[in-house]
Amino acid sequence: MTVATGDSLVCPGGPLLLRGCGTYTDEDGFEYPVDRPVVAVCRCGFSNRLPWCDSTHKRLPPDKRPD
Amino acid sequence: MSATRATALPGPRGPLSEQVMGALRRDPARLTPTRPPGATEEDAALTLWVLHELSYRGFGDVSPEAEWEPSVLALRRHLQRDLEARLRSRWPGHEFSTETFADDLMAFIEADDGPSVASYVHTQATVEQVLELLRWRSIYHLREADPSTWTLPRLTNAPKAALAELQYDEYGSGRPDRLHAHLFAQAMEALGLSTRHGDYLDECPLEVLEMNNVMTLFGLDGRLRGASMGHLAAFEVTSSVPSSRLVQGLTRLGMAPEIIEYYAEHVVADSVHDQIAVRLICAALAADEPDQAEDIFFGAFTCLDQEARFARAILGRWGVAA
Repeated sequence: MTVATGDSLVCPGGPLLLRGCGTYTDEDGFEYPVDRPVVAVCRCGFSNRLPWCDSTHKRLPPDKRPD
Repeated sequence: MSATRATALPGPRGPLSEQVMGALRRDPARLTPTRPPGATEEDAALTLWVLHELSYRGFGDVSPEAEWEPSVLALRRHLQRDLEARLRSRWPGHEFSTETFADDLMAFIEADDGPSVASYVHTQATVEQVLELLRWRSIYHLREADPSTWTLPRLTNAPKAALAELQYDEYGSGRPDRLHAHLFAQAMEALGLSTRHGDYLDECPLEVLEMNNVMTLFGLDGRLRGASMGHLAAFEVTSSVPSSRLVQGLTRLGMAPEIIEYYAEHVVADSVHDQIAVRLICAALAADEPDQAEDIFFGAFTCLDQEARFARAILGRWGVAA
């Protein structure tokens, strides 16, 4: 996972917040444009809008949610 | 688009709103700051909505002087105190730890199991029912995010910076065409509905008036900054998953792409906003001002409680068991 610039915050049980990124590059090297000041990157793997969080983690049992 | 046209005064719903709107049209200084006998809860809620409106963009047929008229403020204060007392009487309280404040608040909100309008829209609602839902929701969505903005100067540095960041996104990140209220207005227009704020107020029941009054009360009164931010957190945490269901329901019904895009935007945006609201606004506010911690939970509860009342009202009208 590559973070170009800005701050990050890991949300327990939820996504990774990234602030101030022009683009986001995932583990496979795909680059995504970023068009908002802060983005939430999926950490549970079940989002329907990868790489972004769509709050699917809220519907998962506690043991399936990321630490 | 007519979103910039001035709001019109709504129709009265009893002696209080009739008297107040008459005075606002003629001479706000002559308003009697009392509640006449026979004023129902709905009459009082409509009156408070009208008085609150003076602090947003006002009405085309009311002098802007009315906003700060002492007799107007006295009546507004009376009605706000009555509303706050009723909201506090509904709040059962909740145990939380200052060490795990963010996680406790998130868990409290996520545990909400109130009736879901979105689940019904997902699989069963008709186009006519969805249009009614949007007309009721338009009272808030055509000025989306505005009530929380009142709280901004009342906060300490860390929650203030985080709220500004969240609101910046709500307001389109500098692009007027991405402002959430504007996206909703575009969708209303695509559906053949009026985009002028308040045009559908007359058909909205007490529950809609009150949920809007709650947001303005929490925002306008600096003493209630904790409740305002707790309300914001609960609103954001309970937005993304229902927005996904609405996207699927509106797609099922073949509705205009603008309204589907409006809710699709909220699936992603509110998956960011909810974390900002809980972890960077509310937890920071509770750390800086521990006496606000309880009110953050009170505000979150009130948001969920108001949404549940809204859901029961509209599902009940549609003949659906909530």
